[in-house]
Amino acid sequence: MSALTALARLRAVRDGVAQRITTVRHCHISDQPLVLIPLKLAGEAAAPLAAMVGTDPGHPRLLVVPQPRNRDLRFAFAAGLAEVLLPYIEGFEKSTETVERRGGEPYERCLDAPQILVPNRSAASFTGLLGRSTRFRRAEGPYPVHPSVPLLGRWLTYFADRSQQPGSSVLLAATEALSLHWATGQSGLEDANLAALLGWIDPPPGMSGHRAAEEAEDPLLWPPAGPTTDPGFDNEVLAPAIRAYEEAPTDRAVDRVSQALRTQLDPTWRLMWRAVDLLRSLPEGSRVKDRWEIDRGSFTRFVERIAEGSPPQARRDGAVGAAARLAGLERARASYDVQRAHDDPLLMAEYRLTGEAFAGTVIAADPEHSEGEGRSRKLRPLITVRTGDPVRLTPGTVVGSPDRRGHAAEIVEAVDGEITLKITKGMGRGRTPAPGSVPEPGERVSYTSLIDDFQSSAALPGPEQTPWTHGGPPEEYEPGDDDAQEEWL
Amino acid sequence: MNSLRERAFLNRLDELRGTMPARPHDARAIAALAANPGCARRAVMDAAGVDKDRAARHVGFPAPFGQSQFAITRGNVFESLVKENGCAELLRLLRELLGLSVAQVGYRDVESVGSHLRHSHTRALIDRAAREDDGTAVFYDHPLFSLEIAGHTSYLEPDVVAFQIGGRFHIVEIKSFGMIDGQAEPDKVAAAARQAAVYVLALRTLMADLGHDPERVSHDVVLVCPENFANRPTAALVDVRKQLSVLGRQLTRMTRVEYLLEGLPDDLTFDLAPGEDGVPTRSADELTQALLQVPARYAPDCLSTCDMCMFCRHEARACGSTDLLGRQIRDQLGGVSGMHEALGLAEGTREAVEGQEEIARLLRLADRLREESLR
Repeated sequence: MSALTALARLRAVRDGVAQRITTVRHCHISDQPLVLIPLKLAGEAAAPLAAMVGTDPGHPRLLVVPQPRNRDLRFAFAAGLAEVLLPYIEGFEKSTETVERRGGEPYERCLDAPQILVPNRSAASFTGLLGRSTRFRRAEGPYPVHPSVPLLGRWLTYFADRSQQPGSSVLLAATEALSLHWATGQSGLEDANLAALLGWIDPPPGMSGHRAAEEAEDPLLWPPAGPTTDPGFDNEVLAPAIRAYEEAPTDRAVDRVSQALRTQLDPTWRLMWRAVDLLRSLPEGSRVKDRWEIDRGSFTRFVERIAEGSPPQARRDGAVGAAARLAGLERARASYDVQRAHDDPLLMAEYRLTGEAFAGTVIAADPEHSEGEGRSRKLRPLITVRTGDPVRLTPGTVVGSPDRRGHAAEIVEAVDGEITLKITKGMGRGRTPAPGSVPEPGERVSYTSLIDDFQSSAALPGPEQTPWTHGGPPEEYEPGDDDAQEEWL
Repeated sequence: MNSLRERAFLNRLDELRGTMPARPHDARAIAALAANPGCARRAVMDAAGVDKDRAARHVGFPAPFGQSQFAITRGNVFESLVKENGCAELLRLLRELLGLSVAQVGYRDVESVGSHLRHSHTRALIDRAAREDDGTAVFYDHPLFSLEIAGHTSYLEPDVVAFQIGGRFHIVEIKSFGMIDGQAEPDKVAAAARQAAVYVLALRTLMADLGHDPERVSHDVVLVCPENFANRPTAALVDVRKQLSVLGRQLTRMTRVEYLLEGLPDDLTFDLAPGEDGVPTRSADELTQALLQVPARYAPDCLSTCDMCMFCRHEARACGSTDLLGRQIRDQLGGVSGMHEALGLAEGTREAVEGQEEIARLLRLADRLREESLR
C-alpha cells in the first residue's frame, strides 16, 4: 500500500467511482477461461453444496448436492465437476511447441493452458480443499468412486497450489485480479465482496460507486459470492428444501434445492463475466506473456506427471520440498514486482516516490567516454539527467531502465536533481556505442535500482539427504488404503 | 477508586444503560473487547452493559451477523460426540497429547445442579480439586465462571471442559472447524485462542480468590477439532499467553471508562426500555443523538467484531474520515484524518498547517507522479 494508492482511494471516494492504479493489465486473461463458483455447506470444512461452472457465459452448468451430508451424493457431485473440468483441461494438452534449450535437450510445451477463475480467495482455498478430499480416492476396492474423481482432485490441487505463485494466472480470484488494477473508495476488507467491488469499478448508470457498493452488501439483492452462503438463505430457504429432499428424495425435491441454489449463484455468475470483460478491456502489460509462458511450462510438466502415472500430491511437503517451494515463491514474488514496475509507469511512480527510481531529461551526454588504458580500455558513456524526483540512490548503485532492455548503468554522482550515470551494458561491442544505445540530450529517460536479475535457486540437498535437524530423510510417500477410504462427512 | 466514587461511577453506568438489565458478556464479547481498544463508544457501551445489537437495530443499522443453522447443528453434534460417555473420546486425546498414563478419569457435570447454584458449585469443586492433590484426574463439564468487568460481574458459561490432573488445570475448547492434515484456518484458531484465554483468566481469578496459586491453570489450552473431513476429533495445544496479556491489559483499562465519562452530558443515556410491542419507546433519532455524544474510532475490522459497526461506518463516511479506508491508508496519509484535507494537501488547494509540511510534500509529489504517469 503506497501513498499513490491511498491517493487513488481518496479520489475514488470523491468521484464516486474506482480509480485505476495501473496503466496496463498485469495478469493473463485467457480467450476461453473457465469460471467456477463453488458453494459449501456452512460449518463444514469441505462439504460441497453446489457449483456453477463453465466456459460459456450463456450456458453455465449447475451442480448441486441435494443432501450435503450424504457421501455418495458428494462423490456424484465431484464426478459431475470432473465431467466439465477434465475435458476442458485435456483440450489444452494436445497442441504443443518444441522449445530449444541452450545446453540441454529440447522439450515440449503446450501452446496454451487452462485458466480457472473463481470469485475470491476463499473460493480458491476451497478449491484446494476439494482437491485434497478427492485426490486420494480409488476407483476400485472399498468405497469405489468414478475414476474421474481422483484425477479431478489432483488437478484441483494443482490449480490451488499454483495460484499461490506470484504472477501465475492459471487460477485467479476475481476480487484479487480486480483490486490489482483498481482502487475503490472502501477498505481492502470490503473489496473482498465481489459485488461491492464491481459496484465501485463499474456502477450502473446514474448511480455512484458508493451507492452501488452499499446495495451490493444486501444479501437479498446480491447473494454472497461464496463459498459460504448467506445465513438467512440457509435458515429460511435452503434448510426446508433439504429437509423436503430427506423426507422424499424425488426429482421434484432435487429441483427445489437446485432452484434455491441457482438464485444464489446466478448473480455471481454474471458478475464473474463482467469482471472478465473489465479485465480484458485493459491493455496487456508486455511481460504478461513471459509469465504465462512459465504457467504453460508448469501446466505441461503436470500433464506429463499424470501421464507417467506418478502418485497424487502428498498431504504435506517434506522439509526439502517445503524449503524449495518457499524459495521459489520468494523468487517469483521479487521478479513479479520488478516486472510489473518496468511494465507500468504508474507502478514505477511508487518507486520514484520512495527514491528508488527517477525519471527526467538528459541534459548532457559523453557517448565516447571510456575508462582504463590500452587493452583494458572500456567504453563507459556518461550522461547527466535532470529530475524533479527525490532520488535516494548512492554513487555506485547499479540501475536499469524500463525503456531499454539489456541496458545497465551505474550512478556516478547525484547532486541537486542532476544525476550523472555511467552506462555499463547494452552499447554493443564496438569502440563507439551502437547507434541509439546512449540516450541523447533532450531525451526523456527513467532509471531504477529495481532489476530483475537472474537469481539461481537455493542449493538444497536431495530429499534423501534431509539432515536430522529437519527430521531426516522422509519416508517415500505412498498413498495407502486409509487415504482412499478416508471419511468425508 | 474509593468506595464513594466507585458507587457514583457504577450509578452513572446504570443511568447510561437505563432501565434494561445489563447484558451479560459472553466469552466472545469479552474477547472482542481487545479488538479496538481505542474506541470510547464501544468501551462506554460495553462497560454499561448496553445491548449494542439492539441499539444498532433501533437506529437502523443492524449488524450483518447471522449464523447458519447448519453451522450450529454441526457444532452441537461434534461437541456431544466429544463429550459422549463421560468424555471418553476426550480422555483418549488428552492421553496422547499430554502423555498421561491415567486409566481412569472422573467426570463431573456442573450442570446437574440448578443454574443459580452452578457458580458456587463450580467454586466448591475447583477448591476441592486444588486442595486434594492426590493425582486423580477429573473433567468438569459446563463449569460456570465469573469475571469482573468494569464493576459488573459477568458469568461465563463456556462450552468448554476444565480438565484437572494432580491439581493442575487445563481449559479444553471444542470447536467444529476442521484441522486438515494438521492445519486449521489461522483466523479461526486465533479467535478460539482469544476465547479460551478468557476462560483461563476466569479460572485463574477463581483460583487466586480461593487462595491457590493461579499459575496452576495452564496457559496451554487444549483445542479439540474434527480431523480432516470426518467427525473424528483430534487435539492440539495452543499457547494463549499473548492473548492473556492483551486481555488483562484491556480489562484494567475498562475501569478507566470513568475518565471517558467525564466530558459527557449528565443526562446522557442509551436507554432501550421497550413499550408494549417490545420496540424501544425512545425515538431512533434521540438514541442516535445520544450515541453520537461518545466518539467512536471506526476501523474496517469492526465490521467483523462489533455490533455497532454499520452505524459507525455511516458516521465515518458522513464526516469524510480516512478511517473508512483502513489503518494502512491512514498511515500512508501520515495520520491526516480528513479525506478532503488530504486531497486538498495533495492537489495544492490547501495550505499545510504546522507539522503537516512533510506529508504535504509527499502527497503533492504523489499527485504529480500520478498525473504524469496517467498522461
